[in-house]
Amino acid sequence: MRHTTPSTAATTATTTPEGEESAQVESGRGAVLRQLRPAILLTLLLTLIAGVLYPLATTGAAQALFPSQANGSLVYANGKLVGSRLIGQYWTQPQYFHGRPSATLNLQGTPTPYEADNSGGSNLGPTNSALIQTVQQRIDELKKENPDVPAGTPIPVDLVTASASGLDPDISVAAAYYQIPRIAKARGLSQEAVRQLVDAHITGRFLGLFGEPRVNVLELNLALDELGHS
Amino acid sequence: MSFTFNGVAQIIVYFLLLLLITKPLGLYLTAVFSGRRTWLSPVLRPVERVLYKVSGVDEHKEQDWKIYAVAMLSFTAATVLLLYAIERLQDVLPLNPADMGKVDPLLAFNTAVSFSTNTNWQNYAGETTMSYLTQMAGLAFHNFASAAVGVALAVAVIRGLTRRSGRALGNFWVDLTRCFLYILLPICFVYALFLVWQGAPQNFNAYTHVMGIQGFAQTIAQGPVASQEAIKLFGTNGGGFFNANSAHPFENPTPFSNLVEMLSIFALGAALIYMFGKMAGNTKQGWALFGAVSVLFLLSAFVALGAEQAGNPAFARLGVNQTATEWSLAQPGGNMEGKELRFGIASSTLFATITTDASCGAINSWHDSYTPIGGMAPLVNIGLGEVVFGGVGSGLYGLIVFAILAVFIAGLMVGRTPEYLGKKIEQYEMKMAALAILILPLSILGFSALGVVLKPGVTAIANPGPHGLSEVLYAFTSMTGNNGSAFAGLGTTTIGTASFAFYNWTGAFAMLIGRFAFVVPVMALAGSLVRKKVAPVGPGTFPTATPLFSGLLIGVIVIVGALTFFPAYALGPIVEHLLMLAGKSF
Repeated sequence: MRHTTPSTAATTATTTPEGEESAQVESGRGAVLRQLRPAILLTLLLTLIAGVLYPLATTGAAQALFPSQANGSLVYANGKLVGSRLIGQYWTQPQYFHGRPSATLNLQGTPTPYEADNSGGSNLGPTNSALIQTVQQRIDELKKENPDVPAGTPIPVDLVTASASGLDPDISVAAAYYQIPRIAKARGLSQEAVRQLVDAHITGRFLGLFGEPRVNVLELNLALDELGHS
Repeated sequence: MSFTFNGVAQIIVYFLLLLLITKPLGLYLTAVFSGRRTWLSPVLRPVERVLYKVSGVDEHKEQDWKIYAVAMLSFTAATVLLLYAIERLQDVLPLNPADMGKVDPLLAFNTAVSFSTNTNWQNYAGETTMSYLTQMAGLAFHNFASAAVGVALAVAVIRGLTRRSGRALGNFWVDLTRCFLYILLPICFVYALFLVWQGAPQNFNAYTHVMGIQGFAQTIAQGPVASQEAIKLFGTNGGGFFNANSAHPFENPTPFSNLVEMLSIFALGAALIYMFGKMAGNTKQGWALFGAVSVLFLLSAFVALGAEQAGNPAFARLGVNQTATEWSLAQPGGNMEGKELRFGIASSTLFATITTDASCGAINSWHDSYTPIGGMAPLVNIGLGEVVFGGVGSGLYGLIVFAILAVFIAGLMVGRTPEYLGKKIEQYEMKMAALAILILPLSILGFSALGVVLKPGVTAIANPGPHGLSEVLYAFTSMTGNNGSAFAGLGTTTIGTASFAFYNWTGAFAMLIGRFAFVVPVMALAGSLVRKKVAPVGPGTFPTATPLFSGLLIGVIVIVGALTFFPAYALGPIVEHLLMLAGKSF
């Protein structure tokens, strides 16, 4: 713009696609009151369109195109509903892979992991000693649950920190590997067999770039049970 | 600070994708708000006509800035009342399979204000408080409405700057309706279906009761999630269907959905900047603004990534491995408290940067659990006025105010009357710009001071030490900035407590001030500018379509933000960072 002459600048201005104002301009006190009718009627009409018709149309299309996802990606095992692929579950028994710590509360406010109708995280700050103590406890429990892990094995950070939703369905590959000795022992399988199963359940990054490689705990555990049956 | 190749690459590729969508979407917006035919016109034009006819809008009449503002305020007031009524009556209205009771009156008021101001600060958990009808016809509708209002205001301000002369800024009702019909609804419909494909539910089922393999019962919340999620992000609203917001696997199931969610937060803000250049008759004017905010965006994204990837030294002392295993699949490392595994560090911190650069406020990780510097990045982003692409509409008119301030400062340097796009910036314009810019810190620092002095403000603090100050400061920064994200440990949600009353009342006022006390001076500014004749470009004109101007603009944004808030940040996140490095905990 710096080098354009005044005349070309004026030409540029006249070619603005917006165009100039139309002849009639509303102003003054009378016009204030005239805004009331559109305020009320457009609120109602647009609520009908965007607040009712839009979600209904989306629901119709979603149920037709992607019925499984639209109803919560529910998972059945032997014909029985066992959970949602996307919603993590609480696991305690040694023969199953365990998910990440969960800081959810039940509706009465008591800490209850993986409450799927009350998602949330700990919101503990980085210098809060309550957080550091909690992590220490999780480390102690983890070590107790996994006595066969060789001493000095690094503790994967996702196994001792609470997820954001409290419903994280995934663990890292390192977190799955960490639990292999326990699972193999509890199930009488070779560590190699369990490791192969883990490797078969790794989901990579999107386009090799976005997000993190991960293992879905419910799917892995269902596959473990399958392995036992065959 | 610690960086992985992958984390850096995520930021860069994301930015390139954003660049890719900016021009096409910007051209489409320009067509819509210039009243030109678009490829959707054959279907939508008849609907548009019916809406005008029934509601008594003459689409050929335009409004001066006062009537435009009155129309905007009366629409907002009507939508607030409707939402309040729906919340208070949800127990007797349909679509309530989880049997939610009436929403508490103060909470209902705060939520109505929060959603109508595009803030979406939530003093409740969606899945335990709101019926499906309230979610879709109340809250999701407001996500559309507040976004469309923001876009309409931005379009009006652009007209103020780019029209050669006149009195009118356009017709609010036409801008509003066109934004709903041509932009928000069709894009959200497709977007919502994409989210369902990725795993977001879209149903009206009752919550599903499940018995897990180990015998633990689980109640899985359901609902029309995807349709609300789409506009929540595309309209930079940020109010989650569920408490965990975009960290919830049903709101944001995969890294792919996360990428699209991040793009959709910036999409309209970036496209509006392009439209600004187009309407000004010189797209370089838009790209100069785009360049300035891109620098600020990238800086913040790298700071947040570096801080979170470095992890928490207290965890390291306990023997936790926070090192990312970069070239194998093993683990994301970093500070994973309050983060989802599928997003790891990079996709979480990038989301946190974007959601606070824009006035979105959706979260896919809990900012309260970030390391001090990692959490300061989002706080600073909001404090800068959310002009880095910004909220839909609000980002652009905020940025224009800063641009006017920048040309004013440049004018002072060379001793000439400053001009922006040929419009002379004089005393009245500077008064309005300064008023708008000063109102935000007044509300943020004023209310934060109250919060850390009054007992109900202090008792809500969840994390001890300097982090507690950060919680209160973040709350009022977020509410005034109409962001809606939180250091969410702050206990503002227990109905009946003094803290609940304090934060719901002060918060509602902070949100109203942040939206309307900012918008009205900006509208007055636009109303004054539209009357001015465009002065021809002369040798003394400071060019505003150059990298030099971009640099000056960055300087003005940072200096205004830094001078205003630095003392408060020093006492919160900065001192916490130093104490964390020294091994202190509280």
